[in-house]
Amino acid sequence: MPFSLLKYGLNKDYPFEKNADLPAPSALKQHYDVVIIGAGGHGVATAYYLAKYHGITNVAVLEKGYLGGGNTARNTAVIRSNYLTSEGVKFYSESVKLFQGLSNEFDFNIMYSRRGQLTLAHTDAAIRGFRQRTEVNKHFGGKTELIDPQQIRELVPSLNMNPADQPVLAGLWHIDGATARHDAVAWGYAKGATQRGVELHQLTEVTGVDVEKGKVTGVQTNRGKVSCGCVVQAVAGHSSIVAGMAGIRMPITTYPLQAMVTQPVKPFLDPLVSSPALHCYVQQTGRGELVFGGGSDPYPLYNTRSTMDLKESLLAHAVELFPFMANMRLMRQWAGLTDMTSDYSPIMGLSPVDNYYLDAGWGTWGFKSTPICGKTMAELVATGKVPELIAPFAMSRFDTFRQVNEMGATAASH
Amino acid sequence: MSIEKRLNAPMGLLIDRAKPVSFSFEGQQYSGFEGDSIASALLSNQQWLMSRSFKYHRPRAPLTMAGQDANTLVQLGGEPNVLADREKVAQGMTIEGQNYNGSLAKDKDAYLGRFGRFMPVGFYYRSFFKPMGVWDKWENFIRDKAGLGKLDLTFEPEYYDKKYLFTDVVVIGSGPAGLSAALKAADAGAKVLVVEEMPLVGGSLTYNRFDIEGVKATQLRNELIAKVTANANIEVMTDTVCNAWFTDNYLPLIQGKRLYKLRAKECIVASGAYEQHVVFRNNDLPGIMLCSAVTRLMKYYAVKPGQKAVVLTGNDDGYLTALELLENGVEVAAIVDLRQQHPWPELLGKVKQKGIKVVQNSTVYEALPSKGNQHITGVDIRTIVGEGEVSAAGMTLDCDLLCMSAGYMPAYQLLCQAGAQLSYKDELAEFQLSGLPQGVHIAGSVNGLHTLDAVLADGENAALRALHNLKLSDEAEQPVVCQAKPNFSWPIFSHPEGKDFVDYDEDLQAKDIVNATRLGYRDVQLVKRFSTVGMGPSQGRHSALPTARLVAKSTDRTVTQTGVTTARPPFAPEKLAHIAGRIFDPRRHTAMHHRHLELGAKMIAAGNWRRPAYYGDAAQRDRWIREEAEHVRSKVGLIDVSTLGGIELRGPDAAEFMNRIYTFAFLKQPVGKTRYAVLTNEHGVVIDDGVACRISEDHFYVTATTSGVERVYRDMTKWNAQWRLDVDILHVTSAFAAVNLAGPDSRKVLEKLAENVDLSSEGFPYLAYREGEVAGIPARMLRVGFVGELGYEIHVPTRYGEALWDALMEAGKAFDIKPFGVETQRLLRLEKGHVIVSQDTDGMSHPGELDLTWAVNRKKPFFIGCRSVDIVMAQPQTRKLVGFTLPAGSIKPEEGHLVLKGDKIAGNVTSCEYSSANQSIIGLAFADIADSKPGAKISIRVDGQELMADVVKLPFYDPENLRQEM
Repeated sequence: MPFSLLKYGLNKDYPFEKNADLPAPSALKQHYDVVIIGAGGHGVATAYYLAKYHGITNVAVLEKGYLGGGNTARNTAVIRSNYLTSEGVKFYSESVKLFQGLSNEFDFNIMYSRRGQLTLAHTDAAIRGFRQRTEVNKHFGGKTELIDPQQIRELVPSLNMNPADQPVLAGLWHIDGATARHDAVAWGYAKGATQRGVELHQLTEVTGVDVEKGKVTGVQTNRGKVSCGCVVQAVAGHSSIVAGMAGIRMPITTYPLQAMVTQPVKPFLDPLVSSPALHCYVQQTGRGELVFGGGSDPYPLYNTRSTMDLKESLLAHAVELFPFMANMRLMRQWAGLTDMTSDYSPIMGLSPVDNYYLDAGWGTWGFKSTPICGKTMAELVATGKVPELIAPFAMSRFDTFRQVNEMGATAASH
Repeated sequence: MSIEKRLNAPMGLLIDRAKPVSFSFEGQQYSGFEGDSIASALLSNQQWLMSRSFKYHRPRAPLTMAGQDANTLVQLGGEPNVLADREKVAQGMTIEGQNYNGSLAKDKDAYLGRFGRFMPVGFYYRSFFKPMGVWDKWENFIRDKAGLGKLDLTFEPEYYDKKYLFTDVVVIGSGPAGLSAALKAADAGAKVLVVEEMPLVGGSLTYNRFDIEGVKATQLRNELIAKVTANANIEVMTDTVCNAWFTDNYLPLIQGKRLYKLRAKECIVASGAYEQHVVFRNNDLPGIMLCSAVTRLMKYYAVKPGQKAVVLTGNDDGYLTALELLENGVEVAAIVDLRQQHPWPELLGKVKQKGIKVVQNSTVYEALPSKGNQHITGVDIRTIVGEGEVSAAGMTLDCDLLCMSAGYMPAYQLLCQAGAQLSYKDELAEFQLSGLPQGVHIAGSVNGLHTLDAVLADGENAALRALHNLKLSDEAEQPVVCQAKPNFSWPIFSHPEGKDFVDYDEDLQAKDIVNATRLGYRDVQLVKRFSTVGMGPSQGRHSALPTARLVAKSTDRTVTQTGVTTARPPFAPEKLAHIAGRIFDPRRHTAMHHRHLELGAKMIAAGNWRRPAYYGDAAQRDRWIREEAEHVRSKVGLIDVSTLGGIELRGPDAAEFMNRIYTFAFLKQPVGKTRYAVLTNEHGVVIDDGVACRISEDHFYVTATTSGVERVYRDMTKWNAQWRLDVDILHVTSAFAAVNLAGPDSRKVLEKLAENVDLSSEGFPYLAYREGEVAGIPARMLRVGFVGELGYEIHVPTRYGEALWDALMEAGKAFDIKPFGVETQRLLRLEKGHVIVSQDTDGMSHPGELDLTWAVNRKKPFFIGCRSVDIVMAQPQTRKLVGFTLPAGSIKPEEGHLVLKGDKIAGNVTSCEYSSANQSIIGLAFADIADSKPGAKISIRVDGQELMADVVKLPFYDPENLRQEM
């Protein structure tokens, strides 16, 4: 028992409201220097870094639902940086580094857990792609190896090496692959931001964006109008809709993505295991549950209802990868909305509207980039200059076809 | 252990007393009867302890006897988390407890319960991470304590399958509402399917007591069953759980080892309501059960639940339970009624006449445990003096059984999945459902009705709504009145010492929920996520209602505003085996597969297909490839290319369609000619290629890559859904077997077999398409040059594939014909500098980068991606796919190795092999545009070493293309 828990047990009045992680609801002010639309991980992280590094605290984070209730709550909490492009690897590597220090920075345990991520190759084509990713990762100092079937057996003895009659030929072993308590990441950032003076307004829906002479001047909400110096939009899953309020058309198509979780069992699976060919990835949480994810529903839709077909193929392949899982019981299925870009990279930075900053196109790679995204977006807002790390992700790249192709490096296939 | 004598019939509806079974639990032998659940058999042996709780490792015993709690989760052999109150016991079963350290009875981790106050809600967010790095150690300890059962990692999946079902009306639940609805619908001519989760039909009629005499339920049940049985329109599935609601009444029904996928025109949900527990200290002790659990235990299994009971109730049902107990020989020490008002006078009179003490306006404040919390020994009863507040002193009563009922929560899960909303009626202290989608109806206690007459009428009304939609009846609905108010508004009595459980699954106490809100997690979704309430195996069946009440009060909102967390599928935990089913991942073999095996081919996977990589053992791979390649270059070789995708396009607009889909010009492609066909997507990226043959003016046959054909076909049908061109698109990959006969002697081989086709170089020139017979088999023949030699691709109906292969091998004997595999083919085409789409291209490769601009007609008005190609090509190019060579004897780069320019990544190697024809290592790689001209050098990094390769002009072999055009 760590000493830090003693105070809770010995203190009859725990918790004091003054020690709350999140402040009680408050009134909306008429003006903020910065309005952030969306209190998901990205939104509150941006607010946190604005306050922490740039001293900008007259900030409101507006959330139509509850803190971290969108894709922050729905993703499967995979953290990794084994991407394919130089731009991607540099960006996601910085994110992994930030993640590693967050618990102590927040004084709030996000339960960051470095488990390693194993991606399986069932074809020689996949091996070629994995070798390239390995080389790119190593080039930027990442810990990624191309490993053989024997090494895979040692890492995951329970894995079927011939799932669905597609033999496992090699693996991409990403030692930095990790997971964390996804909600806690949003809470930690929100706690840090609000303690520094940022206002978090839940149940506050932005219904319109005021643009005058090409410049954003404020937002309208279900609680009234707010004027502001600038707006950061961080609403993964609804990026096109919110950007549309500012008159911005985004090169995004939105698909539902299904995920599911089993009842808890005693731990047996340390690494995160993924098979792109079988459209299935699985990890065991700290609570002992198995979390599965895979492909998205095959049609664009703004609906987070669960569907049957994808569950059938996903779990059939889970049982192929780990036959004994046939005996496990599924407890819950849910869906999130993924804003897909054509190159599987985000859209970050400036927009056609002055002082309106975009943090969008987060498809299936949003959670893992939360810290670096917050940090770079805050820098952009504070300095007005696009940080080098996110310059390649500008929306204008679609006009010039300078895309950052990560299609081969996503765990979920589309 | 001896079997306690069971209660007399008619108790024991489910058991067959003539068939005893024996089984073991935790190493001890027990016996029960066929039909017993594991839990009922154990309880009949006085074995109450069945599990240890998730966090505090407290002893737990059945709460609901209906599979609605996590208390009865046991390990059945290698299968974890089996519900002991639902799983039927079987002869020879070996059952163990779960989640303990040592033994279930003496769990060494039970000490965790005593440290509960040092583990406040969300404690793991507040600790274990200082100093930095220490979490890595704590994490292992905490992970070890997490989880419930153990998986048998050697378990082999069993046979599970699936079946489709269709019906006019499905009725979920066979209680009085469901049966009444089913009868009404069936009488009007609808085909009705009734789905019942339990082994027997009747719902609450099978266990609940509705009248003082205790006869009404059985009478009504018998009447309804007789009518249902006699009705040919009704089918009943028992032991079947409807486990989700998906859009348009698409319902997965799980029965035994089968998943039925039902489509119902109309869906009536009569799923009942979950009886709710009362929150007080030690409300989780073995011997504390819901009233309905106790009556189920007696009626289903004839098990006497205890010797001396106390009933704690917020409604009249508790009184009826007391009568039931008494009749079955259980002494009832008292009825503790949470309410101030009395039940209906006759009931009160009857109870008093039986000598049962009734204490109004009171609650159990604390259940008193035996040593080690193994069983309840008594209760501390207090007077209620305010909402959740009790008098300072009270009285204690001894008992070994406490039955409780705080009211009901509708079984809302399926309905909320369907989009219904819950709102809380303060005057009834009950959640009610509204906002049902089209085609979904609701009846009975899930609809907030609790008296039999009202429930029956409500069932008929639901049926009428369904019949109305089906246009089978226009009868008006009848008014339904129900006076019952079974929910007590605040059955939560927080205790300063805690262990007053709101959520049994997760060991969450009343203060944990309140404290979560005080820490700022005010939304019920945040409360759930922070405290984990409702996240356990029973998914909030008992915690949702008290949590909503506690959160509402603590955050000063209404219960409706607070709400409950989202209901998601599945309704009950479902085995992965059920959803996976038989699993259909077919392996595809070409028509010549067995010939390849006979010839000693090393087979490799190509999607679902298996293809020969080369012919010989893997240890000498390079040798076999070299020999096969040299053979094709010098004599003649044969490769099976049946896996190539095949698509047929027929119709007046076929040429127009081809012209829009592919980059080349196809309108004027002559009949009898082939043309290289490149496909770009809307971003101008090359995504597939093939060869298009014009068979006649309105008929094209086009090939696609093995892995790409599904997508090409899908895209074609998608585009034509918009274009509406007059063309039929047919995916014919599996209809044709195909070979490529290649090498300088290939014409001579074919001449021996071909009929009705002129094989001369004038009569059948390079890139021509001809039809004729080969060895008497009708064949499509393409003169193509993928491997760079004189060659013929021969496509025949699949059934003749093997005959074609045999005939060619036989005819080729005179010319020393040899088969070659796909890896050899890759080398041969590499020597010719041909790209393989997806190997030598990536998700951003446009035609300019691949030197494929010759295959793009930029004059025609449109093709998919033409606008993007124009934009891209107008810009300065940054990289290019180039040919490179390294001297023989150099380290051979692997595909995927990087091409560097300074410290930047300029590209990567996409293909690389040793070429004996060139006497050097040859390859393709993406390189910086500045280094893309022949004569330039590129740096390739292999295992940390940088190799300087020469960029050369493509192709590597036969640059004049003389050999393929012979």
